Amino acid sequence: MAGVLVVAEQRQGKLNRASWETIVGAQQLGGDITVLVPGTQTGAVANELAAAQVKEIVTLEHAALEPYTPDGFTAALQDAIGQLAPDFVLLPHTYQTRDFAPKLAARLDRAIITDVTGVKQSGADTVFIRPMFQGKLTADVAPLGPGPHFITFQIGAYRIDQVAKGASPAGVRALTVNLDASQIRQKPEPPFQQAKQAVDLSQAERIVSVGRGIKEQSNIHVAEELAAALGAEIAASRPICDAGWLPMERQVGSSGQTVAPKLYLALGISGAIQHLVGMKGASTIVAINKDPDAPIFEVADYGIVGDLFEIVPAIIAAVKS
Amino acid sequence: MKIAVCIKQVPTREWQPRLDDSKTWVREADASFEMNEPDAYALEEALRLKEKHSGEVVVCSAGPARVAQVIREALARGADRAIHVEGDQLASADAFVTSAALAAAMKDEKFDLTLTGLQSDDQGFAQVGVILAEKLGLPHATIIMEVLIDGSNLRVKRELEGGWFQMVSMPLPAVLTIQSGINQLRYATLKGIMAAKKKEIRKAASSSDGAGKQRIVSLYTPEKGKKTQLIGGSPAEAAKELVRKLRDEARVI
Repeated sequence: MAGVLVVAEQRQGKLNRASWETIVGAQQLGGDITVLVPGTQTGAVANELAAAQVKEIVTLEHAALEPYTPDGFTAALQDAIGQLAPDFVLLPHTYQTRDFAPKLAARLDRAIITDVTGVKQSGADTVFIRPMFQGKLTADVAPLGPGPHFITFQIGAYRIDQVAKGASPAGVRALTVNLDASQIRQKPEPPFQQAKQAVDLSQAERIVSVGRGIKEQSNIHVAEELAAALGAEIAASRPICDAGWLPMERQVGSSGQTVAPKLYLALGISGAIQHLVGMKGASTIVAINKDPDAPIFEVADYGIVGDLFEIVPAIIAAVKS
Repeated sequence: MKIAVCIKQVPTREWQPRLDDSKTWVREADASFEMNEPDAYALEEALRLKEKHSGEVVVCSAGPARVAQVIREALARGADRAIHVEGDQLASADAFVTSAALAAAMKDEKFDLTLTGLQSDDQGFAQVGVILAEKLGLPHATIIMEVLIDGSNLRVKRELEGGWFQMVSMPLPAVLTIQSGINQLRYATLKGIMAAKKKEIRKAASSSDGAGKQRIVSLYTPEKGKKTQLIGGSPAEAAKELVRKLRDEARVI
């Protein structure tokens, strides 16, 4: 059986929930699954993850792994992978993974397939499904060359409740690695939040969200009027906040807020992956876009293909009538 | 200060990709191309750093002959010269092949700082900058929203998830991947376009045969996860029907 190593993400005892999704990915792939928990204060996270149906949990503690640095994680995981000799190394496609996993794969000269949404068999090959061209196309990709092959799973690729739990907790053991802290070149400072998050979009029942299709800052009022008519909060995709047309705290997506309202109405949003991960948990999604092939329609319950500047005033009129 | 900016030419965001006969790549002949958006922000950041600290901005791109278009554009916006690693196989290359091609052409230049976008709009690996740093033996940081330079020390603002950030320091030389929105882009002036014609573009042969570490087995249009009810008719009809469905079916308004 293939050896599958899941690298969980945690910080000082707080688990990144996406690690559970990656365990689901490992269970779909099949094999002897080991979950590695790197960092400091790993005990509680290791015991939590031991509920999963896996072979074992391995903790990897070293003072030089807190705070996170790409140099520290690359060196520690290189050593751990050497000891554990897996065929696959699976990670959640978080910002932290994106920061070190390509370096680790390059260090070991092994394949890395990123942003994977699923696993399937294609003849004798195991292939990994991933989006390309901003989600307009999907690719089945096979890793080449000797293992271990590195796979990173898109956030939301699997649902946490899909995880198979074991009849009894998996065993937990500790692994020791050599890590020379003086080799770590990055000196990180404590994380901070830029602006006080005055708006908590995660609690909003209805959200009207705008994307590039709004074209100009002077058109934002069109969306604001719709939001007012629906009793909704206004939000936006990244480019709108980058341009300063709406404040950063209104941004939905991987770099902004994750929302799950009853209604999410997307105006002129194409639906890049980075946006979809922030809103696809909404109960009802409406997309209005002039491009019938826009990826936003992949997740929408209701769609209108057309000019938002004609459709939105008509919706406001219909709501008020 | 000698700054490199790695840029990629990608199909425009508006282009609806069509598959080629192999069903493993797109029909490039149908596409129009542009500079990868995060790379455009990396270029802008490099130009601003040069304005502040003086020095030179060198734009580097690995790709087929067509990428000369975005190289010219970068020179018109203010880059001083360019390195073009040319090879047809680089059009659909994986991140290992691309970063190996760039590293080979860049290593003797001894850049103080290398910037690139955090990922590309076509294949979207989010790997090239990080692998390039490893191949050049340099420290790196990703998803950067601010770049501060003080002598040989670099301090950057790294974006974390959910609205969090972190300052990270490291010695120069280093490699950074830049997040879209770090600055406001400038556009080329007529003077810039004229000046670009005289700027040097060094052609470097690609040493790589294009054998990467992953293979696209098949490429296809995504399968729909949800059944979307598309509502047709005039704007007024569609709007009325949508509101009815949101009230009576979904019960969300």
